Amino acid sequence: MQPTFSSSRILLPVRPWFIYLSLIVALLLNFLPTSNWPAMPDWVALVLCFWGVREFRRVGMGWAFILGLLMDVADGAVLGQHCFAYVLLAYAAAAQSRRLLWFPVAQQALQVLPLLLLTQVIQVLMRLAVGADFPGWSYFAGPLIASLLWIPLTFILLLPQYQPVEQNPDRPI
Amino acid sequence: MASIDHAPPPFFKQGPAPLALLTFYILISLAVFVVDLRFRSLDLLRQSVALVVDPVQRVAQTPGSLVDYARNYLQGMQLLQRENDELRHAKLNTAPNLLRLEQLEAENERLRKLLVVKEREQARGQVAQILYTARDPFSRKVIVDKGQQSGIVAGQPAIDETGVVGQVTRVFPFSAEITLITDKDQAVPVQIVRTGQRSVVFGLGNGQLELRYMPANADVQIGDVLVTSGLDSIYLQGYPVAKVVSIEREGAYSFARILGAPIAGVENFGEVMILDPRQALPPPPPAAKGRGTDGSDKPGQRSKKKRATKEN
Repeated sequence: MQPTFSSSRILLPVRPWFIYLSLIVALLLNFLPTSNWPAMPDWVALVLCFWGVREFRRVGMGWAFILGLLMDVADGAVLGQHCFAYVLLAYAAAAQSRRLLWFPVAQQALQVLPLLLLTQVIQVLMRLAVGADFPGWSYFAGPLIASLLWIPLTFILLLPQYQPVEQNPDRPI
Repeated sequence: MASIDHAPPPFFKQGPAPLALLTFYILISLAVFVVDLRFRSLDLLRQSVALVVDPVQRVAQTPGSLVDYARNYLQGMQLLQRENDELRHAKLNTAPNLLRLEQLEAENERLRKLLVVKEREQARGQVAQILYTARDPFSRKVIVDKGQQSGIVAGQPAIDETGVVGQVTRVFPFSAEITLITDKDQAVPVQIVRTGQRSVVFGLGNGQLELRYMPANADVQIGDVLVTSGLDSIYLQGYPVAKVVSIEREGAYSFARILGAPIAGVENFGEVMILDPRQALPPPPPAAKGRGTDGSDKPGQRSKKKRATKEN
């Protein structure tokens, strides 16, 4: 696979343990007390979206559902709220995957924004439908920050897959 | 370095179609959502998932609590000394009343026996440390470090040194969730100290409380203190809940809009006292059966409907 389809660089295959590790780190980041601050991104959604776009055969809706369940319990939210949003996010990410990777990273970030906004909007709608109060517009600032973070995140999460630049000329790839 | 171990995409065995999977998972999510919200019968699932998530969450909270600890540690001698002095003062101030409390209670008990009135209940409980606030932005809840292991059950009230903080709503093996009185539609039966009038105070979800269904000409003043009335079988009588901060009386509505601020440090971190469940009351008359006393927000929702129809 390539960083983007238009790039000439070829990546090493992803290691499954790195995917799991990144998802666990994302969960930990969500569990930090900092996530009570306004406009903090939902790290799990962001990393899930990333792997959903890049490796949709490995990280699919099943993973999204389990992560959603963990987030629901950890947040003290209604069970199924994050599940629904994350499953939709994983589906949308997989559906966008082939198109999205043709763009440079900055434009990818712009196109990821609606997906991340969608997860927040769905959660708000679900809770509003059952009688909660609107949590304020700052709730939607998280995805804005998260989509900006898409650029450094792409670099960091692809780091183990990059090959050294100076290569052995005898090797075929 | 095996750079050719890209798994080839499975051409023939691709599993169920994505749309079918999506439908399947969404249906499960929605079913779980409805069952959890309306029937509250998924607590076992929640508890077992919490058993996995809880340790991780505590680990994630350590850096923050370490910083807090360090800040406290470095606060310096002077501040501690001043705090100590203040506490000694406060203790001396309350001493005249507190010293006679035991004697008064004994006297009260004797008098009540003479009058053949049921004895006052004793307040007992256990101290719990607030671990963190639940991150759900739609509700106001905190997690404390005592759970099923310490014998906590759902419904127990929680107070701090100044007043009522909330009520235990969910219990996990090693932690419990306390819904604050400021949570939306969390109801506490109260009594106005000055007049003795009883009512129910509801959380608004924004840190304030509202005294609903008080007639526009009710005798309520700004600064009135509301204490628990003890009419539910949950809160003991006499714990401070809120202070009235604003009253709007409009002729167009039959009820006054009365807002209160919680007296206890409801949104602060620290320690709370979880009071033991009250002694069982005599069984309610048959007509009142089916009305939940588990502190669920049903009464609030029902009354909200009532209000909605009134406004129409």
